Amino acid sequence: MFAYLVRRLFAVIVMLGVVVLVTLSIFFAIPKLTGTDVATLFVGKQADPASIEGIRQKLELDDPILVQFWHFVSGLFAGRDYTGGGTTEHCPAPCFGYSFRNEQLIWPVLTDRLPVTLSLVSGAAVLWLLGGVATGVVSALKRGTLWDRSAMTVALAGVSLPIYFTGLLSLAVFHYWLGWVDGEYTDFAEDPGAWFSGLMMPWITLAFLYAAMYARLTRATMLEVLGEDYIRTARAKGLREPVVIGKHAMRSTMTPVLTILGMDLGALIGGAILTESTFNLQGLGRAAVVAIGERDLPMILGVTLFTSTAVIVANLVVDLLYAVIDPRVRLS
Amino acid sequence: MTAPLHDTGAAETAAVDVTAGAPAKAIEGRSPWRIAWVRLRRDRIALAGGVVVLLLVLVAVFAPLIVSLLGHPPNEYHEERIDALFGTPKGAWGGIDKDFLFGVEPVNGRDVFSRVVYGARVSLLVAFLSAVVAVVVGTVLGVVAGYFGGWIDTVVSRVMDVLLSFPQLLFIIALVSVMPNSLLGLSGSGVRMAVLILVIGFFGWPYVGRIVRGQTLSLREREYVEAARSLGAGRGYILFRELLPNLVAPITVYATLMIPTNVLNEAALSFLGAGVKSPTSSWGQMLSKAVTTYESDPMFMIIPGLAIFVTVLAFNLFGDGVRDALDPKGSR
Repeated sequence: MFAYLVRRLFAVIVMLGVVVLVTLSIFFAIPKLTGTDVATLFVGKQADPASIEGIRQKLELDDPILVQFWHFVSGLFAGRDYTGGGTTEHCPAPCFGYSFRNEQLIWPVLTDRLPVTLSLVSGAAVLWLLGGVATGVVSALKRGTLWDRSAMTVALAGVSLPIYFTGLLSLAVFHYWLGWVDGEYTDFAEDPGAWFSGLMMPWITLAFLYAAMYARLTRATMLEVLGEDYIRTARAKGLREPVVIGKHAMRSTMTPVLTILGMDLGALIGGAILTESTFNLQGLGRAAVVAIGERDLPMILGVTLFTSTAVIVANLVVDLLYAVIDPRVRLS
Repeated sequence: MTAPLHDTGAAETAAVDVTAGAPAKAIEGRSPWRIAWVRLRRDRIALAGGVVVLLLVLVAVFAPLIVSLLGHPPNEYHEERIDALFGTPKGAWGGIDKDFLFGVEPVNGRDVFSRVVYGARVSLLVAFLSAVVAVVVGTVLGVVAGYFGGWIDTVVSRVMDVLLSFPQLLFIIALVSVMPNSLLGLSGSGVRMAVLILVIGFFGWPYVGRIVRGQTLSLREREYVEAARSLGAGRGYILFRELLPNLVAPITVYATLMIPTNVLNEAALSFLGAGVKSPTSSWGQMLSKAVTTYESDPMFMIIPGLAIFVTVLAFNLFGDGVRDALDPKGSR
C-alpha cells in the first residue's frame, strides 16, 4: 500500500512536470517555429522597442526552454524575482508569476476564482450523481419497459445537446421570460439565498448533461453485472432482491461510474469553461478563456497547472477508493 | 426480479425459432459483416439516424446548390430586414418567411438558412477528418504497443495517460490562439480548420489507442496467431493479416461514436472563439453571437442549436445501432 502510494505520487509529479513543459512549449516553441515574436504578442505591435525588450527580459525569452522551465518550477516553491526594463518585482511562493496584462499576481486570482467553480461543480455533481445513477439503475432493472425506453431517449437527447445551447435556452425561459431565478452569481458569504438562486440554472444545466451520461453508463454496467455468476449465486442462496441489487450488484456497478466521476470532477474544476462562459460566471475556466484571448501566458500556465493537478489528484483518489468499493481490487 | 435470466432464455428460444421456423430455406454461411448488416437493417431507429446522417452529408456537399435555390448568399447583408433602432430582425420569429426560411441574423441581416447550410460543411468536415486522424494514429500506436509490449508499450501507455489527464479544451484553445494566420499554403479559415482537425484528432487518439491496445493484448495470445507464427509468418503479416481484421469491428464502432463528440467539440471551440472565424460560418460561432442577442431574438439561438442537436443525435443513434449490430453477444 505504502509503496503503491509512493510510486503513484512520483508519477503525479512527473506528469505535472510534463504539463508545465508542454504549456511552456506551446507558447515559446510554436511561435518560434512559425516565426512570430512572443514579446510583441504580449505588448502589441504598436509598443516601442524598449518595452518589448523589457518584456523579453522579464519573460526570459532568450533563455533555453529548460532554463525557463527550471525558473518556473523553483518559483513555485521558493518565490522568484522578475527583473527587466529597469524594475524588479518580487513574487512570493507559490509563485505562478505576474499577469502581463494587468500586472496582478496569478496565485491570488486563482484562489479568488476557485470558489465560484467549486460551487458550480459540487452542486451539479450531487444532482447528476443522484439523478443519473438512480435513473440508470431503475432502467436496468426495468429493462425494456416504457420507463426504460423513455428514460434512455431523454438521456440520449441529453448527451446530444451542447451545454451552451441548453444553458441559453434555460436562461431565456426561466430568467428572462418567467423571472424565476437570478441570472447573476452572488458570493455565498454575502447572501446564501441569492447564491443558491443564481447557481440554480447552471447547476441544472450542467447536471442534466452529466446525468444523461451517467444514466447510460450505469444502465449498461448494471445490465452486465446482473448477468454475472455471483449475482445468480447470491439469488440462489436465497438473498432478498434488495440485498442482491443494493449490496452485491451496486458495488461492481459503481466502479466504472467512479472512474468517470474522478476524471469528470477533475476536468470540471478547471474546465467548466463552457458553462461559465454561457452563464457569465467568473470562475477558473472563464479566467482561462479570457487569458487565452489576451495571450496572457502566466495566467494560462497557472490555470492549466491547477487543472491538471486537479485531474491527476482526482484520478489518484479514485484509484484508492477502488480498493474500498471493490474487494477484488488490491493495491500493490 | 430475474429479468436477465429470462432474457437469455428468451433469446435462446428466439434463436431456435429462427432456425426451426424456416425449414424450406437452405442453410447458408454468412460472414460476420453480413450478419451485422442484416441486424442493422432491422434496427429502424438506427436506420433513421443513418438516413439523417446521409441527408446532412448531402446538404454539406451540395451547400452552394441548395443555397442558390432556396436562400441568399451567406455573406450578403440584408439591412432592410433589420429594425434600425434595436438591431433585431423585422417580423415575427426572427424574420422567418418564405424568402428567409430560417430568418435573418441580428444586426447585419445575413440569411440564417444559408449560414446553417454552410455551417454543416465546417462541422462535418472537421468532425470526420479529426476522427480519421484519431483512428489512424490510435490504431497504429495501439497495435504496436499491444503487440510488441515491453518498453514500447510503456512509452505509448504513459503518453496516453498524460494526454488523457490534460485539460484538453484549454490546450486546444491555447494552441489555436498561437497559430499564425497562414501556414503551409493555407490561409484564414483554412488554417483554422486544419488546426482544429489536427488538434481534435490528436487529443482523440488515446481513446482509440487504449481500446486497440487492450484488444491486441488479448488477440496476440490466441491460437490462430500462434499458428500463423509457427508457420513462419512475419511480423507484418501477423499485424496486418491476422490482427487488424479482428480489430476492425471495435474500431468501426468507436469511429462512428467519435464523430458526434467531434461535432460537439468543434461547435464548442467555435463558441469560445477558437474555431473558424466569420465570414466562414459555423454553428458554434452563431450560438456565441446569440449569447448577447437571445433575449431580443431567440430564434437566432434556437436554429443553430437545433442544427447541432439533430446532427449529434443522428450520429449517436446510428453509432449505437452499428455497435449493437457488430456486437457478437447481441441477440437481435
